[in-house]
Amino acid sequence: MTTVSKAARPAARAAARRPRAAAARSAPAPVKPVMPAGSSHWAEQVHPMLVEAGIRQVGLVPDAGHSRLIQLCEADKSMRIVRLTTEEEGVGLLAGAWLGGDKGVLLMQSSGVGNCINMLSLPVACSMPLLILVTMRGDHGEFNAAQVPMGDSTQAVLEAVGVLVKRADVAADVPEMVSSGLRLAFNTFRPVAILIGQRVSGAKDFRKLTKPTGDINE
Amino acid sequence: MSELLHRRPVVKELLKKRGDMVVIGGLGAPAWDITAAGDHDNNFPLWGAMGSAAMIGLGLALAQPKRRVLVITGDGEMLMALGALATIAVQKPKNLSIIVLDNEHYGETGMQRTHTGYGVDMAGMAKAAGFARTMNITAQKDVLRLRPLIDGMRGPLFAQVKIDAEKLPLVLPPREASYIKNRMRISILGPEVALHQ
Repeated sequence: MTTVSKAARPAARAAARRPRAAAARSAPAPVKPVMPAGSSHWAEQVHPMLVEAGIRQVGLVPDAGHSRLIQLCEADKSMRIVRLTTEEEGVGLLAGAWLGGDKGVLLMQSSGVGNCINMLSLPVACSMPLLILVTMRGDHGEFNAAQVPMGDSTQAVLEAVGVLVKRADVAADVPEMVSSGLRLAFNTFRPVAILIGQRVSGAKDFRKLTKPTGDINE
Repeated sequence: MSELLHRRPVVKELLKKRGDMVVIGGLGAPAWDITAAGDHDNNFPLWGAMGSAAMIGLGLALAQPKRRVLVITGDGEMLMALGALATIAVQKPKNLSIIVLDNEHYGETGMQRTHTGYGVDMAGMAKAAGFARTMNITAQKDVLRLRPLIDGMRGPLFAQVKIDAEKLPLVLPPREASYIKNRMRISILGPEVALHQ
């Protein structure tokens, strides 16, 4: 999943050039998202897939990487948005949803995966479908040391507890991985996590946020 | 204070002539209690995932808004999910009721005291979160008021029922989680769900 699609190459080259310029100043600059020039956000393709799959309940703890998908789901009257105080609530929520005949999806950041581990015994023991879309922190080009222990162990702990894990490391792969994740979860009755690499959404550089007009992903 | 209520008669009263009500039994004694009142296709007794009972109730209540969803759980289990009170209050499911059987102890692990034994008022927390109806119950007359309120579906309702910390023989529900799940889905959604899910 680390290969860059043909369409994404110019953007990738541009992103690759920037760190060199920044290195001359001081520490490495944030890694730019790898998105094909002129293309829409991956969420624009993923949201219709969730609709097509009949997703009715969307449990979430926000992450910047999910913000576009959250906006699209919030605007969709066929979906019930359930804001969670902590991610493990969402595992229980979607177990209940499945018992009652609703399909759901859970959106979280990789740090939230750590909050979910014991709760995941529920879909594993019950053979319930569950799709979790995880935007990664502590991953490609991370700035914040506190994010690294959980980000680096996200895939390992999910797999250890019995969740199938697939990754997308370029934006162009995200829709395909979500599509396959929906099929894997709901056709084979298992919890599945799709990890959306930090290379897709970009690493946050807190130094830029110290300036008045800092944009979270710039 | 008058004599404490006893958990099994309280649960039996709540589940009398239950109709199509679905019931989540929290990990530990509440799972045995709902089974003691009569194993049922619409029972979901939890063998694990401590702290999930209220949220399973929310997911079910949102999926089945015309059906009464009753979560019966313990004080230790509910203390693990106090944030869920805020999440549920925001969603305002009229058909969801949560009854906490509060013996002020972790009964399955050696009767260690819980926070409620030191005065923590979870019904007060649920009220502050925004639950439509909250109750602190210590007397049988108030237990008798619960079912009409549950049946009225003007929730979410939260009741903290103080009970005796008695240790009773376990009444075990089915242990295979997939079976428990499938029988509830078939009961709620019809036998064809197994063909088309």
